[in-house]
Parts: sequence; C-alpha cells; structure tokens
Amino acid sequence: MAEETIYQRLRRQGMSRRQFLKTCGVLAGVMGLQYAAPVVASGLPERLARTPGPARIVARALASKPRVPVLWMNFQDCTGCTEALTRSLSPALTDLVTNAITVEYHETLSAAAGVQAEENKQAMMKQYAGQYLLVVEGSIPTAADGVYCTIGGRTAVDLLQEAAAGAAAVIATGNCAAFGGIPMASPNPTGAKAAYELITDKPVAHIAGCPAIPEAFTGTLVHFITFGALPELDSLHRPLTFYGQTVHDRCLRRPFYDAGRFAESFDDEGARKGWCLYKLGCKGPTTYNACAGLKWGGGLSFPIQSGHPCLGCSEPNFWDRGGFYQGQSAPVGRPTITAAGAALGAGAVLGVAVALADLAQRKAIG
Amino acid sequence: MASRLVIDPITRIEGHLRIEAELDANNVVSNAYSSGTMVRGIEIILNGRDPREAWAFAQRVCGVCTTVHAFASIRAVEDALGITIPKAANLIRNLMIAQQYVHDHVMHFYHLHALDWVDVVNALKADPAATSALQQKISPWPNSSPGYFAEVQAKVQAIVDSGQLSIFANAYWGHPAYKLPPEVNLLAVAHYLEALDWQARATAIHTIFGGKNPHPNFVVGGVPMPIDLNSDTALNAERLAVINDSIAFITRFVDEVYLPDVLAIAPFYKEYAAIGGGLGNFLSWGEFPAGDIADTSSYLVPRAAILNRDLNNLVVPDPRDAAKMQEFISHSWYRYSGGDDLGLHPWQGETALNFTGPKPPYEQLEVEQKYSWLKAPRWNETPMEVGPLARVLIMYAAGHSQTKELVDLTLKTLDAPVEALFSTLGRTAARAIETKVFADAMRGYYDDLVATIRTGDTRTFNRDRWEPLSWPARAQGFGFMEAPRGALGHWVVIENGKIANYQMVVPTTWNASPRDHKGQMGAYEASLVGTPLAKPEWPLEILRTVHSFDPCMACAIHMVDATGRDIGELATGLNVCVR
Repeated sequence: MAEETIYQRLRRQGMSRRQFLKTCGVLAGVMGLQYAAPVVASGLPERLARTPGPARIVARALASKPRVPVLWMNFQDCTGCTEALTRSLSPALTDLVTNAITVEYHETLSAAAGVQAEENKQAMMKQYAGQYLLVVEGSIPTAADGVYCTIGGRTAVDLLQEAAAGAAAVIATGNCAAFGGIPMASPNPTGAKAAYELITDKPVAHIAGCPAIPEAFTGTLVHFITFGALPELDSLHRPLTFYGQTVHDRCLRRPFYDAGRFAESFDDEGARKGWCLYKLGCKGPTTYNACAGLKWGGGLSFPIQSGHPCLGCSEPNFWDRGGFYQGQSAPVGRPTITAAGAALGAGAVLGVAVALADLAQRKAIG
Repeated sequence: MASRLVIDPITRIEGHLRIEAELDANNVVSNAYSSGTMVRGIEIILNGRDPREAWAFAQRVCGVCTTVHAFASIRAVEDALGITIPKAANLIRNLMIAQQYVHDHVMHFYHLHALDWVDVVNALKADPAATSALQQKISPWPNSSPGYFAEVQAKVQAIVDSGQLSIFANAYWGHPAYKLPPEVNLLAVAHYLEALDWQARATAIHTIFGGKNPHPNFVVGGVPMPIDLNSDTALNAERLAVINDSIAFITRFVDEVYLPDVLAIAPFYKEYAAIGGGLGNFLSWGEFPAGDIADTSSYLVPRAAILNRDLNNLVVPDPRDAAKMQEFISHSWYRYSGGDDLGLHPWQGETALNFTGPKPPYEQLEVEQKYSWLKAPRWNETPMEVGPLARVLIMYAAGHSQTKELVDLTLKTLDAPVEALFSTLGRTAARAIETKVFADAMRGYYDDLVATIRTGDTRTFNRDRWEPLSWPARAQGFGFMEAPRGALGHWVVIENGKIANYQMVVPTTWNASPRDHKGQMGAYEASLVGTPLAKPEWPLEILRTVHSFDPCMACAIHMVDATGRDIGELATGLNVCVR
C-alpha cells in the first residue's frame, strides 16, 4: 500500500481517468498554475501528457510520487502551529508522514541540520519544481533589510520568495503567516508581514488561528490529497469547511445569550452555570473558526467551554482590536431569538468588513 | 589556524539558532559561538497594554513550551498588584505545569534529541525478536511482540524504499559516533512513532482547564474554569474523571517507555558523561508552590543556585536584587543608554535594537564584536546554566528523597560517580529523572484538589483587584516559572493601569547567551569546548550537546524597551526561543 500513488488511490476509490484529469484542471486553476512555466511531463502515461498545460503539472504531481512533497518554512513563529499539527488525532501526523506526505524540510522535525538540511531543501525544490506544497509558519520581517530573521545567513524574505517560486500551492498556517499575527501587533517593531503580502503570483490558503486547530490544518491537507483540490475558501482565504460559521453560532453557551443570561465575572454564579461570556469580552460573535464544532483535544473542550472568553484568534489583527476583556459593542440586553440573530449577523458582517479594511490598509501601507 | 564550522540552521529545536565552532588540528572544538537569529519584539509590543492581557501576548513567545510565559506573566502581575489566588486555583495551575513538563520532555527526548543517538537506518538490520526480548526485559509496556517490531521495521523499510525519506533524509546515518546495536535502534524508532501518537493525547489537562493546547487560556487572579459539581459547564465529576485518566495515561508512558529507554540507551554513550559539562554553575527560581507563592520554602523544586559544582552549598538567589540579577549586552545587538558594558536589572532593563552584524547573506558572524540577538543574563556577574540538570542537582543537594533514588539508580546503571552528572549525558538523564518526579507529583495535586473541593472550598478566582481602579499608580512585580528548559523570569512595571516596562529573562537566554562584558562564555558555548568530532562535515557531536539543553530560540530572543521603541535580543548560534 505504501507504493500506491495518489492517482492510483483515486482510481481505486472510483474516480475515472477523465474525472482525474478534470480535477487536475480545476486544481491547477485553484492553485494559479496558469502562471507556472510549462513542464515536460516525462515519465507520465501518454494520456496524461496530452492534457492541457497546467492540469498536466498537477496530474504529474499526483501521479508521479506516492506521497505529496511538503516544504515547511518557519519564520517569525513560536512553532505553536507545528505543535498543533502534531496534536491532530484524525488523521494523526504519524499516518500522514508514513502514508500521505513527505516532509522534505522542516526545521523542528528534520534529522539533518545545517549544510545537510539546506541540501535537502535545494534538492527537493529542484526535484519537485512546480509540484510541492509550501507551508509557511510565522510572519516575515521586512524592516532593517530583513536582519530580524535569518536562516543560514539569508533573510526570511529571500528564503520565502525562493521557496514560493516553485510551489504548486501555498498554505499559510496560523495567524502570523496568514495575517501577520503577533509580530505585526502595534507597533510592529520588525516590519512583520503576512505571507500573502510577499507571494503575489499565486493564491495562499489561510488556516487561521493562534494556533490553527490541528484538524483544520490536517483536514485541509486531506481534502487536497483526497479530492485533488483545496476546499472552497472564504473572502479571507480560509476554508469554508472550518471557517464558515462563527464560534458564537455553534457555541454551547449560545442559548444563554439568546435568553440574556451572562456571566459578569469569572467564577460567579453565571460562570458556574455556563452562561454566556459576552460581557467578559468574548469575541465569539465576530470570529469565524471551528472551535465550538470540532473543539480541541479530540472534542474535549474549547476556550469558551473552559470558562474563558474567545480571543478572536482566527481573525486578522485580533491583537489590536480592543481589550480581550472588553465587551463588544453589538447590542446585548435580552433580545428575542430573531433580534439576537439580526444583531449577531450585523456584528459578523462588521467583523469581516473590519478585517478586510485592515488587510487593505496594511497592503496600502506595506 | 583553527577552522570554522558553521551550523545554521540547528534543526530539531524551537526557533532559529546558529552555532559557529572553531576546531583544532585534531577536530576538537576549541571555541564556540552561539547566536540567535530571529526576533519579534514582543516586549516592545507589550508596552502600554493592559497587564491583565499580558499573559496572552507573552504566551506567544513560544508554542513548544506553551503555557510557561503565561504562567510567568500572570504571576508577575499578581505579584505587582498583591493578588493572592484561591487554593484550588493553585492546585489546578500545578497540574497544568506538571503536564507541561511531562509532555514537553517526552517530545524533546524522542522527536528533538533521540536521533542524535539513534541510527534510524541501522534499525533495519535488527532482528525484531531480539528487540522484543529487550523490550520485555526493560519494562512491562505491552507493545513488545516480535510481530509489533517487525511491523515498525517494515514501515521504516517502506519509507526508505520509496526514496522519499522525508524528515529522515540526508542525515548522519552510519556516522561512527552512533553506538547502539540494531535492536536498540529499532526499539527507539518504534517509540519515536509511539511517542508522536501518545503526545497528541497527552494534553487533556490543558484542554480541560485552558480550552486548548497549544496556548491554553489563563486569567490573572486564578484560573478561568469554575468548579461546580452540579453544572455541566464547570469542573465536575466527569471532568475530574477525564483528568484522572489522563494522569494515568501520562504517567504510564513515563514509567514504562521514557525512563526505561533512557536507562537502556545511556550505557552505550558513557563517554558523554565526560563531555559537555560546561559552566558548573546552576540556577533555579523554584516551582510547584504548595499554597502561598510567597512562601518559597514550600516549593517542590527549591529556589536555589549551585556554584562551581559545589553540591554542599546551596545559595538562595533573590530575583529582585538589582546588584546581582543583571543582563549584559557587550556582545549582543543592543544599545544601553548608559553604555554597552553596564549590567541592568530587568526592572530597569532597556531593549534598544542595534544590529551591527554583517549584511545578509553572510558566511560568518563577527564574533569579536556583537554577534547575537540574545542578551547575556548573569547572576552576580557569573554565567549560569538553567534547566533539568540545574533542578535535579538542586533537588539532589537539598535531599529530595525520590530525586536522590532516581539519580543513584541512574549512576548505578552507568557505573559512574556523581560527577558524571555534569555532562551532556547527565543533562539528558536529568530531564528523564525530573519527568518521573513531576509526573508522580500530579497524583498528589489531583488528590489535594479533590480533597479541597470536598471541604466546600470551590473558589477559583480572586476578583478583589480585577478592576484597574483598585490598583496603585505604580507597581512592579516578578513572576517566574521553572519552565521545562529552565529558570524563566518576567519583570513587569505597571504605571497608571498600563504596562510601563516588561522584561523576560528566559531559560534559553541564560543557556544560549553570547559572551558578556568580561568575555565569559554562555552555557552552550562553554559546553561545546573540548568536544571531539569524528567527522566534522557531519557535526553530530555538536548537535548532541546543544540538543541536551533543549534550545528554544523564540523564547530566548525578546526585547523590551522602557520607551516602547526598540526590540529585543537575538540568540547566537543555537536555536533559542526568540520572541
């Protein structure tokens, strides 16, 4: 089984050759491969080599090697998103690494160091040019000519651009890589930027969160491997599967919001009875993430269940959007279910608008 | 003329670390320089913010040693504002701290350190039956059949045959410094994979009390989770049962896998009981308060220092002593307003970035000048090692009986005197020893928590000084945690309800520090001197000693500036947690 390629696996699972090639075409579009240089599809079956250019690249990527090559770059990060990846229960990292992906470079996990690690990276970028998945963890500092993050004597900006050039697709995992995260928090001392601000020739999928929910990352990866494409993304490039609903919409304390019952302090009667944490500053109503659905630790809990208000960590610029313990400005009181829904809807729309404005502003400043 | 060996990136650590080593004609390290190469400026970002929120920012210093900066932060703010926490909250914090130790240490051993000692490819030569016999001899762990090890071997074989070696590619397999027989290599490879699966399920206590891991949530004044045995959303009998199960799950892996593996592997590397000793000075801020955190005598791990390997004299360090607790920047990319050769106590600390190194891309650092983003913390102008070895030596010297038993067992296994602890091997063994001590302590904290609830004392939060209007106009505090990697301290100054200065002195800043105003080496640098390399182009021996410290660069590099304008420290040479 270890020898089975993705192409073979999809065929075995009932996908026709025609469907496979069509999927590759869609995937190529999603990944922006129309911009990629044509490649010679040597070694491919004739029928694959005849397909149009970009789809052919993807077809070769999925058919040529049994496991998807991954290049993982850490920049201004805390390694928390790598740690989160290791906590994924389904699929487990051991399963992914032995069956689905081949992580050719990862500073935290690679056995090789220094010269040998760099050799691995250079070799994989050449061998899998146009085919590998680039995962970015951490923001990228741009001030002072990039001296605030160097690896092997080279700047993060330099290394990111080199890695992105040959990538088939890019995933920015965690709030720092996706939106700039804590290094970008005011006053952004190092001129930190998000990956998408520096990779402008191909789309970047954002698995947002601080850290990203383990299964949101691996789920996106599995989607890519199983269905041959990234899942549908929202306006902030987050997969709808995991970021399509607010935490509030799925929250187990939601009925108490609707009933107007709120904790006024940690460890008061409301807190003990599981009432809504809105007045303690909960950002659940304007935060799109799967915390209340997937939860953490295999469904064991999530921050609001454990008694702490949501920080809003899957949204852009969440470090600078008002105090974590300040209630939001959306109306509370004792709304009816209908009115509550309307108020929250307005809050949610506002949240996205603010997020987009933040991104636009940063881009303009950048 | 010594030749210069550069290792960058040092992998299997947190963060971005660079080591430059000079080798003599016999390929022995004659000089070493450690440099942290990434900085974010989190201390600068903290200036002007609400001190009740500082934990969330500080925690993002590191996601590997997650929680540790959050603990140091809430303790610093509580210290500054005179906030005491309820009894149950202290026990819940102790449970979370103990879980962090066990999880982090097991992951470090198997996923960051083991491949320095274990030849993965050589495991293919093992006879699974021999590995099975070994496993059954060293512990009752049930995954011990010949068939089980044959399956692991087949998995490794499939990866090798695929030509996609993934994270094992182009490493040092076959290096003459690998000494384990094939069956031990196979045992360790099996446990590398098992530990990866185990750790994913070993964070239940953080997830229950903090909602997630990495980066669980905290609150100044206690813990966020209330206790109510009649509520489905508070700590109740069902949640306690999950915690109880988790303690058993965690403890069993330590008892039946981690500790036996370390004791099985160590005797093959006895020469490392005489390599990597380093400074011989050790510091711990102490950990696991029994109740009131102000009562340092109640801590399981004492607040103490050891100087010049003298285990008969424990010194008591005071983190508030401005004359002794200082940071220097003579060889760090910072500027002090009063001159770069001064030492500053963290409450008066300055963090003005001043990069004077070579313009990237560069080949070598200018090691005679400034060469790291890490500052050089010193105790009484003396460089100190922090971490598991420091703690175990201090507990040993203080007469902690379980620690003494475990140390004696280890020394007996190695047939070595107590001096063997001052080494790379001693550091790695100490990590396993304290893991056992802290894992066992969890049972006690759990029992105490249940007993406390039974008395009716279910308070988890002190709201007396939650509102900023109740705070003095100016306050300063010290918070700490004995993080898995060593003594962590946060010093905060609060003015008019906002943070006026925030300084972190982090374990890897101590250990990976560059030279100081007197030219004294940091712990990594000192430990590397004298290390022989069998094959310098494959610098496995350097990785062994560096990894024995468990570098966390994101932590080590941080910057805080009283004026809020400048940023922190870079680590030199090794991956240090740099935030």
